[in-house]
Amino acid sequence: MAAPEHTGVPLLELRDVTKSFQAVRALRGVSLALRAGEVHALAGENGAGKSTVVRIIGGEHQPDSGEVLLDGEPVRFSSPREAQQRGVAVIHQEPIQFPDLSVAENVFMGRQPLRPGRRIDRRAMHRRASEVFEQLGVPIDPARQTRGLSIADQQIIEIAKALVADARIIVMDEPTAALSAVEAERLFRVARGLAERGAALLFISHRLDEMYALCDRVTVLRDGSFVVTERMDDIDNDTLVRRMVGRSVEQLFPKRDTEVGDEVLVVDGLTRAGVYRDISFSVRRGEIVGLAGLVGSGRSEVVRAVFGVDDRDSGTVTVNGKPLPKSKPRTAIEQGIALVPEDRREQGLVLELSIERNASLARLKQVSPGGLTRQSRERELARTWGERLSLKFGSLSDPAATLSGGNQQKVVLGKWLATEPSVLIVDEPTRGIDIGAKVEVHALLSDLAAEGMAVLLISSELPEVLGMADRVLVMHEGRITAELSRDEATEESVMYAATGNGSAA
Amino acid sequence: MREKLLRWESVLLLLCIFVFVWGSASTPGFAETDNISFLLLDYTEVALLALALLPIILTGEIDLSVASILGFCSALTGVLWDAGMSFESIVPIVLVAGAVLGSLNATLIVRFALPALAVTIGTLGLYRGLAYVVLGDGAVTGFPDVYRPIATEEIPGTFLPYATLVVLLLGVLVAVVVHYTPVGRSLYAIGLGEQTARFSGIRVQRIKFVLYIVSGILCAIASLVYTLRYNSARADNANGMELIAVAAVLLGGVSIFGGRGTVVGVASALLLMAGLRNVLFLNDVTNEIQNVINGLLLIISVLVPVVANLVRRRRTPAAAAIPGSPPPQETLPDPVGATAAPHGTPEEDQR
Repeated sequence: MAAPEHTGVPLLELRDVTKSFQAVRALRGVSLALRAGEVHALAGENGAGKSTVVRIIGGEHQPDSGEVLLDGEPVRFSSPREAQQRGVAVIHQEPIQFPDLSVAENVFMGRQPLRPGRRIDRRAMHRRASEVFEQLGVPIDPARQTRGLSIADQQIIEIAKALVADARIIVMDEPTAALSAVEAERLFRVARGLAERGAALLFISHRLDEMYALCDRVTVLRDGSFVVTERMDDIDNDTLVRRMVGRSVEQLFPKRDTEVGDEVLVVDGLTRAGVYRDISFSVRRGEIVGLAGLVGSGRSEVVRAVFGVDDRDSGTVTVNGKPLPKSKPRTAIEQGIALVPEDRREQGLVLELSIERNASLARLKQVSPGGLTRQSRERELARTWGERLSLKFGSLSDPAATLSGGNQQKVVLGKWLATEPSVLIVDEPTRGIDIGAKVEVHALLSDLAAEGMAVLLISSELPEVLGMADRVLVMHEGRITAELSRDEATEESVMYAATGNGSAA
Repeated sequence: MREKLLRWESVLLLLCIFVFVWGSASTPGFAETDNISFLLLDYTEVALLALALLPIILTGEIDLSVASILGFCSALTGVLWDAGMSFESIVPIVLVAGAVLGSLNATLIVRFALPALAVTIGTLGLYRGLAYVVLGDGAVTGFPDVYRPIATEEIPGTFLPYATLVVLLLGVLVAVVVHYTPVGRSLYAIGLGEQTARFSGIRVQRIKFVLYIVSGILCAIASLVYTLRYNSARADNANGMELIAVAAVLLGGVSIFGGRGTVVGVASALLLMAGLRNVLFLNDVTNEIQNVINGLLLIISVLVPVVANLVRRRRTPAAAAIPGSPPPQETLPDPVGATAAPHGTPEEDQR
């Protein structure tokens, strides 16, 4: 069912590739052709096999059967290094760089231009780095230290690295997950430029709108199998989703109308110098309040201060009428606040601890009657919430790291719901998880609100905020610039306020 | 993860048995009750320091000043005894002194967020120096015969010294806290993911602070045993013992990076080291050679899991890439903080 070949031999092609890890078949008969000048999307839920494809292209894994063709010739990359030498570059979601070296040094790591006597030619290095950044249309000073650059800029450095290495096949593995809309747009410009110059790009993202904005064709994987390759123009959003999840997703945002009750969480005049100031809002029983804004607008900082893991300079937080002291997360939990944090792997979970130990972490007292922690209680707790959230796992004693992103997020949600909160704050609850799990998370939030929980939802995905929230607060540079009702909130009105054009709420 | 740890502990236990069987077979006098008692007594202080270190290392921190706290407390005991104070009143003062030194460590490490390694290397020198300031070069002896048996005698009718019983009781207490209480769960969580621990309402700073104070108190207890056992209070008592204690903890399968290890493992390692030292001692092997052997043991204990993991990775690349599955200490620290292999955790698509 592949799209007809009409631009000659693809730069890189996978043909009927199969790959198993022990008993698990990660890929079954996957075919994929990357042509010069195209941006090709790879779509599929978590676990569909996208990462395995990336690793095979990047030389980290070798296929069990089937072949990889480079310019029509069968090749076998035995290592990432070999793949790099043959012109393949993989750009990861969070690039790995040497923070203490300069930008130019990172760009030329391993291939520094040399002067006679094998001395590094710094001047040539900086000049060429400047040229590359100019070519990319991104102003980064090659002489500056890499530390402190945004993830977006770090990705540009990775792309520059790829250019310097004459890469013709560039794989971008979820590059936009941590980028703001503006940064993502810049990345797309760069990506299109690369394609125009004859490179083949493989683009992986969980955001369908990005695929439509950037890509020429899409290959869909499901459960390790090839489903279809289509031109983006020929496949509409709903069809694409259906191909990915293998079933129809009636409603991505199953928002239920709820009875809104009393104010549960009241935040008044919250200020932290240089980060946010005069933040006041409230969340009521049964209500989902969306907190929108660009990355860096201070949303996460505000909720971290509300929860108490960060300090605040002034302002008050009240839960169920009781004032909450600052910087006391434990008290916050006891008074009924739960925070599902932004960074699942660093803040939400202890990846190397078992699922059950993660699940009980915010509720250790309750699984320790008489001060002694009972594994049976822990397991009970994990099982209860695992069932309620339809968690897919091998054993509850497996490390949380063995779970897929969506299931990891369920563990975090379960861990917090187990504390029986009256206010649930969720910060980017669906970042980096597949559509199926997203729908489940949305349904859960909707149910919780219907049961009377007050939910504060932070999200960088506008459709999510618009689809789920009863009310939307918009932040810009540390201030709330708009408060919009469900009816008033549109993509335009939110973006308008998020870029600093709104009136103060 | 648990199975793998148990496997390391089984290795230790086997080694223990081997050392004791080998000792009994090859060395006359080894298996005698007196000798076993001596062997146990000889490691009382190391065991107490190891018990102090274990929870701290579980959180990913370290306390290298333990032997110096012991030295200072011993010197203080000497001075107070010399000044004519009764032993009954010296004991609480010494325990408080240990707690104070521990809380100084804690203040620097927790309140000022300084690296524990640097701080405790500093206080290692500082406390030892203070011991000399307090007592000078000399020794104080003549401690009361009423109390000395606690550190020298066995419980009548058994081979078990009173002091070892104290260690056992404290060991059980530490084991219960570490393995069966919310605080214990928190230690592991802090060691493996301090941020997540904080976000889960665990009072990370408070826990760490308390651990250093407890460490100081355990060191003070060790100092009392040491002083009574040798009937000698000196500023250089237990000089360098921190390294033996750290070695025992690491050999016991506790990860120096935190989050992994069990009390059983550390206990086995202590028994192994005590047995080995005794066998070698009876065979007139010099202290220097014993240090070489201890050093090798330590290196092997750190090396074995790494090598095992490498072998596993050769065989099944996918399985070995799963973090947490290999035994302790396979997660080497990343000095640059940014050079880790790009295929870190199977965040998605791990099937």
